[in-house]
Amino acid sequence: MYAVPLRHIKIGDWLTLLLGALCVALLTLKLWNGDPADRAIIRGGGKIFSVVPLSRDQRIEVPGPLGTSIIAIQNHKARIASDPSPRQYCVRQGWLQQAGEIALCLPNQVSVELAGSKKKYDSLNY
Amino acid sequence: MQTGDAAPPCPLPLVPCTSILLNTTAADHRVARMAAVALGLTILENAIPSPLPGVKPGLANIVTLIVLARYGWRTAAWVSLLRVVAGSLLFGNFLTPGFFLGLFGALCSLAVLALSQHLPRRWFGPVSHSICAAFAHIAGQMLIVYLWLIPHAGIAYLIPIFATAALLFGTVNGLIAARFMENETIYPQITQIHAD
Repeated sequence: MYAVPLRHIKIGDWLTLLLGALCVALLTLKLWNGDPADRAIIRGGGKIFSVVPLSRDQRIEVPGPLGTSIIAIQNHKARIASDPSPRQYCVRQGWLQQAGEIALCLPNQVSVELAGSKKKYDSLNY
Repeated sequence: MQTGDAAPPCPLPLVPCTSILLNTTAADHRVARMAAVALGLTILENAIPSPLPGVKPGLANIVTLIVLARYGWRTAAWVSLLRVVAGSLLFGNFLTPGFFLGLFGALCSLAVLALSQHLPRRWFGPVSHSICAAFAHIAGQMLIVYLWLIPHAGIAYLIPIFATAALLFGTVNGLIAARFMENETIYPQITQIHAD
Protein backbone atom coordinates (compact mmCIF):
# COMPACT_ATOMS: atom_id res chain seq x y z
CA MET A 1 0.00 0.00 0.00
CA TYR A 2 2.72 2.45 1.02
CA ALA A 3 4.90 1.34 -1.87
CA VAL A 4 2.39 2.57 -4.44
CA PRO A 5 3.26 6.29 -4.34
CA LEU A 6 6.93 5.55 -3.82
CA ARG A 7 7.10 3.61 -7.07
CA HIS A 8 6.57 6.86 -8.98
CA ILE A 9 9.59 8.52 -7.46
CA LYS A 10 12.66 7.84 -9.56
CA ILE A 11 16.23 8.21 -8.36
CA GLY A 12 16.52 11.72 -9.79
CA ASP A 13 13.27 12.64 -8.11
CA TRP A 14 14.69 11.63 -4.75
CA LEU A 15 17.64 13.85 -5.57
CA THR A 16 15.32 16.76 -6.38
CA LEU A 17 13.36 16.15 -3.20
CA LEU A 18 16.52 16.07 -1.14
CA LEU A 19 17.83 19.23 -2.78
CA GLY A 20 14.48 20.95 -2.25
CA ALA A 21 14.36 19.91 1.40
CA LEU A 22 17.90 21.18 1.83
CA CYS A 23 16.94 24.52 0.28
CA VAL A 24 13.93 24.82 2.57
CA ALA A 25 16.02 23.94 5.62
CA LEU A 26 18.72 26.46 4.70
CA LEU A 27 16.17 29.17 3.97
CA THR A 28 14.44 28.54 7.28
CA LEU A 29 17.70 28.62 9.20
CA LYS A 30 18.87 31.73 7.40
CA LEU A 31 15.64 33.71 7.54
CA TRP A 32 14.18 32.62 10.85
CA ASN A 33 17.30 32.54 12.97
CA GLY A 34 17.86 36.09 13.98
CA ASP A 35 21.26 37.57 14.44
CA PRO A 36 22.89 36.81 17.74
CA ALA A 37 22.16 39.71 20.01
CA ASP A 38 24.96 41.67 21.63
CA ARG A 39 23.13 44.27 23.69
CA ALA A 40 19.91 44.82 25.57
CA ILE A 41 17.94 48.02 25.26
CA ILE A 42 16.00 48.64 28.44
CA ARG A 43 13.16 51.11 28.33
CA GLY A 44 11.17 52.61 31.16
CA GLY A 45 8.24 54.94 30.74
CA GLY A 46 8.79 55.18 27.00
CA LYS A 47 12.36 56.42 27.25
CA ILE A 48 15.55 54.41 26.96
CA PHE A 49 16.61 53.66 30.51
CA SER A 50 19.93 52.09 29.61
CA VAL A 51 21.66 50.04 26.93
CA VAL A 52 23.77 47.28 28.39
CA PRO A 53 26.02 44.70 26.70
CA LEU A 54 25.03 41.06 27.07
CA SER A 55 28.62 40.04 27.69
CA ARG A 56 28.52 40.89 31.40
CA ASP A 57 26.15 39.10 33.79
CA GLN A 58 24.22 41.57 35.91
CA ARG A 59 20.88 42.50 37.40
CA ILE A 60 19.35 45.86 36.66
CA GLU A 61 16.55 47.49 38.62
CA VAL A 62 14.21 49.66 36.61
CA PRO A 63 11.66 51.84 38.44
CA GLY A 64 8.12 52.06 37.04
CA PRO A 65 4.75 53.40 38.18
CA LEU A 66 3.88 50.11 39.95
CA GLY A 67 7.25 49.37 41.47
CA THR A 68 10.61 48.02 40.44
CA SER A 69 11.22 45.57 37.61
CA ILE A 70 14.38 43.53 37.78
CA ILE A 71 16.11 42.58 34.55
CA ALA A 72 18.64 39.78 34.66
CA ILE A 73 21.40 39.33 32.11
CA GLN A 74 23.23 36.03 32.13
CA ASN A 75 25.12 33.93 29.55
CA HIS A 76 24.38 36.35 26.68
CA LYS A 77 20.66 36.12 27.43
CA ALA A 78 18.29 38.52 29.11
CA ARG A 79 14.98 38.18 30.93
CA ILE A 80 12.69 40.06 33.24
CA ALA A 81 13.43 38.37 36.53
CA SER A 82 10.66 40.04 38.47
CA ASP A 83 8.00 42.63 37.84
CA PRO A 84 5.06 44.00 39.79
CA SER A 85 2.64 43.64 36.86
CA PRO A 86 -0.49 41.65 37.75
CA ARG A 87 -0.39 39.04 34.97
CA GLN A 88 3.38 38.55 34.80
CA TYR A 89 3.40 38.08 31.02
CA CYS A 90 6.88 39.52 30.57
CA VAL A 91 8.33 37.39 33.35
CA ARG A 92 6.78 34.24 31.97
CA GLN A 93 8.20 35.00 28.53
CA GLY A 94 11.51 33.73 29.85
CA TRP A 95 14.95 34.21 28.38
CA LEU A 96 15.47 36.29 25.25
CA GLN A 97 18.53 35.56 23.18
CA GLN A 98 18.01 36.63 19.57
CA ALA A 99 18.21 40.11 18.17
CA GLY A 100 14.75 41.59 17.79
CA GLU A 101 13.21 39.68 20.67
CA ILE A 102 11.41 41.86 23.14
CA ALA A 103 9.66 41.47 26.49
CA LEU A 104 7.14 44.11 27.48
CA CYS A 105 5.79 44.76 30.96
CA LEU A 106 3.05 47.17 29.95
CA PRO A 107 1.55 47.87 33.39
CA ASN A 108 4.93 48.90 34.75
CA GLN A 109 5.95 50.53 31.44
CA VAL A 110 9.20 48.59 31.29
CA SER A 111 10.56 46.72 28.31
CA VAL A 112 13.75 44.97 27.34
CA GLU A 113 14.67 44.50 23.71
CA LEU A 114 17.67 42.64 22.33
CA ALA A 115 19.59 44.18 19.48
CA GLY A 116 22.30 42.80 17.24
CA SER A 117 24.56 44.30 14.66
CA LYS A 118 21.61 45.09 12.43
CA LYS A 119 18.00 45.75 13.17
CA LYS A 120 15.78 42.76 12.46
CA TYR A 121 12.09 42.90 11.78
CA ASP A 122 9.61 41.16 13.98
CA SER A 123 5.86 40.91 14.10
CA LEU A 124 5.63 44.13 16.07
CA ASN A 125 6.97 46.38 13.35
CA TYR A 126 6.25 44.11 10.39
CA MET B 1 -3.55 28.28 -32.15
CA GLN B 2 -4.52 28.58 -35.72
CA THR B 3 -7.42 30.87 -36.32
CA GLY B 4 -9.24 31.06 -39.59
CA ASP B 5 -6.81 32.23 -42.18
CA ALA B 6 -8.82 30.49 -44.81
CA ALA B 7 -12.34 30.69 -43.42
CA PRO B 8 -14.86 29.30 -45.86
CA PRO B 9 -16.63 32.03 -47.82
CA CYS B 10 -20.28 32.74 -47.08
CA PRO B 11 -22.45 30.38 -49.06
CA LEU B 12 -24.57 33.12 -50.65
CA PRO B 13 -22.96 36.50 -51.33
CA LEU B 14 -26.30 38.31 -50.88
CA VAL B 15 -26.92 37.05 -47.36
CA PRO B 16 -24.75 38.83 -44.79
CA CYS B 17 -22.43 36.46 -43.11
CA THR B 18 -23.44 36.36 -39.42
CA SER B 19 -21.11 33.78 -38.05
CA ILE B 20 -17.37 33.81 -37.96
CA LEU B 21 -15.89 30.39 -38.24
CA LEU B 22 -12.52 29.78 -36.70
CA ASN B 23 -10.76 26.83 -38.16
CA THR B 24 -9.59 24.88 -35.16
CA THR B 25 -7.31 21.93 -35.27
CA ALA B 26 -7.35 18.82 -33.13
CA ALA B 27 -4.44 20.32 -31.22
CA ASP B 28 -6.54 23.39 -30.38
CA HIS B 29 -9.32 21.18 -29.07
CA ARG B 30 -6.82 19.34 -26.95
CA VAL B 31 -5.54 22.59 -25.45
CA ALA B 32 -9.10 23.73 -24.76
CA ARG B 33 -10.07 20.41 -23.21
CA MET B 34 -7.03 20.30 -20.97
CA ALA B 35 -7.42 23.95 -19.97
CA ALA B 36 -11.04 23.21 -19.06
CA VAL B 37 -9.93 20.35 -16.82
CA ALA B 38 -7.33 22.64 -15.23
CA LEU B 39 -10.03 25.26 -14.69
CA GLY B 40 -12.22 22.70 -12.98
CA LEU B 41 -9.38 21.87 -10.62
CA THR B 42 -8.78 25.58 -9.96
CA ILE B 43 -12.41 26.03 -8.96
CA LEU B 44 -12.24 22.92 -6.78
CA GLU B 45 -9.12 24.26 -5.14
CA ASN B 46 -10.69 27.62 -4.38
CA ALA B 47 -13.30 25.82 -2.33
CA ILE B 48 -10.60 24.44 -0.04
CA PRO B 49 -9.92 26.80 2.86
CA SER B 50 -6.30 27.84 3.11
CA PRO B 51 -4.48 28.43 6.41
CA LEU B 52 -2.50 31.31 4.91
CA PRO B 53 -3.35 33.44 1.88
CA GLY B 54 -1.14 32.26 -0.95
CA VAL B 55 -0.64 28.71 0.30
CA LYS B 56 -2.58 26.67 -2.24
CA PRO B 57 -2.04 23.14 -3.47
CA GLY B 58 -2.01 24.23 -7.12
CA LEU B 59 -3.95 21.20 -8.29
CA ALA B 60 -4.29 22.60 -11.81
CA ASN B 61 -0.58 22.05 -12.26
CA ILE B 62 -1.22 18.33 -12.33
CA VAL B 63 -2.83 18.95 -15.71
CA THR B 64 0.13 21.06 -16.83
CA LEU B 65 2.51 18.28 -15.88
CA ILE B 66 0.54 15.64 -17.72
CA VAL B 67 0.23 17.85 -20.81
CA LEU B 68 3.95 18.55 -20.67
CA ALA B 69 4.79 14.86 -20.66
CA ARG B 70 2.24 13.98 -23.31
CA TYR B 71 2.28 16.85 -25.80
CA GLY B 72 5.34 18.92 -24.98
CA TRP B 73 6.12 22.32 -23.57
CA ARG B 74 4.25 24.50 -26.07
CA THR B 75 0.93 22.85 -25.34
CA ALA B 76 1.66 22.93 -21.62
CA ALA B 77 2.32 26.67 -21.83
CA TRP B 78 -0.96 27.21 -23.67
CA VAL B 79 -2.93 25.20 -21.13
CA SER B 80 -1.27 26.87 -18.16
CA LEU B 81 -1.69 30.45 -19.41
CA LEU B 82 -5.22 29.87 -20.66
CA ARG B 83 -6.09 28.49 -17.24
CA VAL B 84 -4.65 31.58 -15.52
CA VAL B 85 -6.50 34.03 -17.75
CA ALA B 86 -9.80 32.15 -17.90
CA GLY B 87 -9.63 31.38 -14.19
CA SER B 88 -9.18 35.06 -13.37
CA LEU B 89 -12.18 35.89 -15.55
CA LEU B 90 -14.23 33.28 -13.72
CA PHE B 91 -13.27 34.55 -10.28
CA GLY B 92 -13.44 38.20 -11.31
CA ASN B 93 -9.85 39.09 -10.53
CA PHE B 94 -8.61 39.70 -14.06
CA LEU B 95 -5.86 42.38 -14.02
CA THR B 96 -5.88 42.56 -10.22
CA PRO B 97 -2.65 42.05 -8.25
CA GLY B 98 -3.70 38.45 -7.61
CA PHE B 99 -3.96 37.85 -11.34
CA PHE B 100 -0.48 39.21 -11.99
CA LEU B 101 0.90 37.12 -9.16
CA GLY B 102 -0.63 34.00 -10.66
CA LEU B 103 0.47 34.95 -14.16
CA PHE B 104 4.05 35.66 -13.21
CA GLY B 105 4.18 32.51 -11.09
CA ALA B 106 2.91 30.50 -14.05
CA LEU B 107 5.45 32.13 -16.38
CA CYS B 108 8.31 31.34 -14.00
CA SER B 109 7.09 27.76 -13.64
CA LEU B 110 6.92 27.38 -17.40
CA ALA B 111 10.42 28.80 -17.83
CA VAL B 112 11.77 26.28 -15.34
CA LEU B 113 9.76 23.47 -16.91
CA ALA B 114 11.27 24.38 -20.29
CA LEU B 115 14.65 23.59 -18.78
CA SER B 116 13.72 20.69 -16.53
CA GLN B 117 11.94 18.78 -19.30
CA HIS B 118 15.37 18.12 -20.79
CA LEU B 119 16.43 16.20 -17.69
CA PRO B 120 16.93 12.55 -18.61
CA ARG B 121 13.54 10.87 -18.37
CA ARG B 122 15.12 7.70 -17.15
CA TRP B 123 15.88 9.25 -13.78
CA PHE B 124 13.67 12.30 -13.53
CA GLY B 125 9.90 12.02 -13.55
CA PRO B 126 6.96 14.38 -13.00
CA VAL B 127 7.83 14.66 -9.32
CA SER B 128 11.07 16.48 -10.17
CA HIS B 129 9.34 18.74 -12.67
CA SER B 130 6.60 19.50 -10.20
CA ILE B 131 8.96 20.42 -7.37
CA CYS B 132 11.07 22.63 -9.65
CA ALA B 133 7.99 24.36 -11.03
CA ALA B 134 6.54 24.87 -7.55
CA PHE B 135 9.73 26.52 -6.34
CA ALA B 136 9.90 28.69 -9.46
CA HIS B 137 6.27 29.67 -8.94
CA ILE B 138 6.78 30.82 -5.40
CA ALA B 139 10.10 32.51 -6.19
CA GLY B 140 8.45 34.49 -8.98
CA GLN B 141 5.54 35.45 -6.78
CA MET B 142 7.72 36.57 -3.90
CA LEU B 143 9.73 38.66 -6.35
CA ILE B 144 6.58 40.39 -7.61
CA VAL B 145 5.30 40.86 -4.06
CA TYR B 146 8.60 42.41 -3.03
CA LEU B 147 9.15 44.59 -6.10
CA TRP B 148 5.59 45.75 -6.52
CA LEU B 149 3.20 45.10 -3.63
CA ILE B 150 5.11 45.01 -0.35
CA PRO B 151 8.63 46.42 -0.77
CA HIS B 152 9.61 45.48 2.76
CA ALA B 153 12.25 43.04 3.94
CA GLY B 154 9.72 41.65 6.43
CA ILE B 155 8.20 39.36 3.80
CA ALA B 156 11.41 37.32 3.99
CA TYR B 157 9.90 35.84 7.14
CA LEU B 158 7.19 34.19 5.06
CA ILE B 159 9.58 32.57 2.58
CA PRO B 160 10.25 29.42 4.67
CA ILE B 161 6.49 28.80 4.97
CA PHE B 162 5.94 29.23 1.24
CA ALA B 163 9.01 27.15 0.38
CA THR B 164 7.83 24.32 2.62
CA ALA B 165 4.38 24.45 1.02
CA ALA B 166 5.99 24.45 -2.45
CA LEU B 167 8.03 21.36 -1.63
CA LEU B 168 5.08 19.55 -0.10
CA PHE B 169 2.48 20.38 -2.76
CA GLY B 170 5.03 20.07 -5.56
CA THR B 171 5.76 16.51 -4.48
CA VAL B 172 2.11 15.61 -4.02
CA ASN B 173 1.10 17.07 -7.40
CA GLY B 174 3.99 15.31 -9.08
CA LEU B 175 2.95 12.02 -7.53
CA ILE B 176 -0.64 12.48 -8.65
CA ALA B 177 0.50 13.34 -12.18
CA ALA B 178 2.80 10.31 -12.20
CA ARG B 179 -0.06 8.14 -11.00
CA PHE B 180 -2.26 9.35 -13.86
CA MET B 181 0.46 8.79 -16.42
CA GLU B 182 1.25 5.35 -15.08
CA ASN B 183 -1.56 3.96 -17.21
CA GLU B 184 0.07 5.37 -20.32
CA THR B 185 3.36 3.70 -19.60
CA ILE B 186 1.68 0.40 -18.84
CA TYR B 187 -0.73 0.28 -21.75
CA PRO B 188 1.89 0.42 -24.53
CA GLN B 189 3.49 -2.60 -22.93
CA ILE B 190 0.19 -4.43 -22.85
CA THR B 191 -0.54 -3.59 -26.48
CA GLN B 192 2.93 -4.73 -27.33
CA ILE B 193 2.31 -8.03 -25.63
CA HIS B 194 -0.91 -8.38 -27.56
CA ALA B 195 0.82 -7.48 -30.78
CA ASP B 196 3.43 -10.11 -30.16
